[in-house]
Amino acid sequence: MVRKEKFIEGFFFINGMAVIIVLLGIFVLLIVNAIPAFRDISVWDFLTGKVWNPEAYGKPSFGIVSMVVSTLMVTAGSLIVAIPLGIGTAAYLTDVASPRVREIAKPVVEILAGIPSVVIGFLGIVLVGPIIAKLTHQTSGLNAINGSILLAVMALPTIISLSEDALSSVPKSYTEASWALGANKWQTLITVKIPAASSGILAACMLGMGRAIGETMTVLMACGNASAFPHSFIDPVKTMTATIAIELGEVPYNTTHYYSLFAVGLVLFIFTFFVNLVSDTFLHKYEKVNR
Amino acid sequence: MKKILSLVMLCLFLAANSFAAGMLQVKGSDTLINMVQKLAEDYMQANPGKMVSVTGGGSGTGISALINKKCDIADASRTMSNTEIKNALVNGVDAKRVIIALDGVAILVNGENPVKKLSVEELGKIYKGEVNNWKQVGGNDTPITLYGRQSNSGTYSFILEMVVKGEYAGTMRQMNGNSQIVESVKSDIGGIGYVGAGYLKEATGVNVVEMAKKSGEKYYLPDSENVKTSKYPLSRPLNQYVNGVPTGEAKEFITYELSAAGQKVVEEQGFFAITDEHKQYNKALGL
Repeated sequence: MVRKEKFIEGFFFINGMAVIIVLLGIFVLLIVNAIPAFRDISVWDFLTGKVWNPEAYGKPSFGIVSMVVSTLMVTAGSLIVAIPLGIGTAAYLTDVASPRVREIAKPVVEILAGIPSVVIGFLGIVLVGPIIAKLTHQTSGLNAINGSILLAVMALPTIISLSEDALSSVPKSYTEASWALGANKWQTLITVKIPAASSGILAACMLGMGRAIGETMTVLMACGNASAFPHSFIDPVKTMTATIAIELGEVPYNTTHYYSLFAVGLVLFIFTFFVNLVSDTFLHKYEKVNR
Repeated sequence: MKKILSLVMLCLFLAANSFAAGMLQVKGSDTLINMVQKLAEDYMQANPGKMVSVTGGGSGTGISALINKKCDIADASRTMSNTEIKNALVNGVDAKRVIIALDGVAILVNGENPVKKLSVEELGKIYKGEVNNWKQVGGNDTPITLYGRQSNSGTYSFILEMVVKGEYAGTMRQMNGNSQIVESVKSDIGGIGYVGAGYLKEATGVNVVEMAKKSGEKYYLPDSENVKTSKYPLSRPLNQYVNGVPTGEAKEFITYELSAAGQKVVEEQGFFAITDEHKQYNKALGL
């Protein structure tokens, strides 16, 4: 009996460790493959160069600034659209919607999360792109705005469901106290519930951001992929993820270009790791508040 | 239950591996993939029991697979670089080139664009970004949108070396495949793009531009005659690389590709049959 217990304990321990080992493994793999890139390019040029032209006619250049800016632009754009919409929807679902509406709306939001990114990217090409092209008087609508809108759609389910969890776990006594002081529903929501759930909502936004930064297929299809430094939202942009996805498939192995793509991956990994770490800190803070 | 499941998985894995061992592996260029796939299908139909698997990924992928002995034949829309040939030799792979078809890289513009002719020099300036409005090359007052391939595509390096002879403009949109370029140029009135001739077959809403080596010289379309006589300036051979002089299964398949039946498939797929000059070249490998 005891042996069986020990065995089961060990089994779960291994399962738990496996996740950590996989994470560490990915990190080590990225570092090991990224280091050889810096035999030929200086770290400084890599981090501050604006031109990414690995297969050049003259001297190849490996600067990631343009693609980091592109990634940040598209991500920021998506958050500007997704955060107000997401929090608004969450507040509607918890405070305003009738139980019947909530029963229908919640699964619909979850279905939205299940749409494959390639389908969303396709919508970007055939639907959003032409509309943007018309509105901005450009010949092509494959640019940063297009990517931002699509990524907002993809980040929405995360932001909505986590914000909703945060809002609905605000203790009933807070709401009742607010009502007792004569505040109406709107005042209660804005001045009591949202501030009380703020760390949860912040965590929801950060996780939505993590989703947007790492998204590949959609931005690859909808953003135009020009490697020039972007000057506005109607310029085509090439994000870090898109660069890796497009180039890694065809790059000759064990060349500087090959290793440099792992270096880009490492930078991306550090970005998403940081975003997740911050959102996790907020989530913990929020759990403590509500204990 | 879990044990049984993993056992089944293991069996499947082993079966898949041994299955693959008896199969001729062809890997490489996205420009060649549709054509070689069709060739493989017809070859397998004509020779029951033979197995050929064709995968894409790009010229670079195919060549590095050949160098690492992960495939038997590498499709390439460019020739191997000296470094690649050296790396292959270090790994004990003596890469030999077979020319299986001819291609004329077609320059596409939107169907509504009045520009029908360009010289190689003009095209180079367009892709360098020095010419950025269609009115500079005799068209309407519309900004030019550049569409090209990603940097490891064989077609990307071909245009870079034959036409641009400098750096591509940073504003060039890098598309992940020939058909994406066709789609984009179709929907962009200011667009220009380059694709292998095989992708023109079903392209609608786009015009193929006539090209001249120099402005003032005669302009040619990438059709069968102009590509075979190299009058079309962007003509190129499509290659397959093998390890050493091909023998056995690989030789049989390549022999089929070069046969009259194989070359007919090549033409049906929108590419062009090889000429006597290329046949002479292949003869050196006993094909």
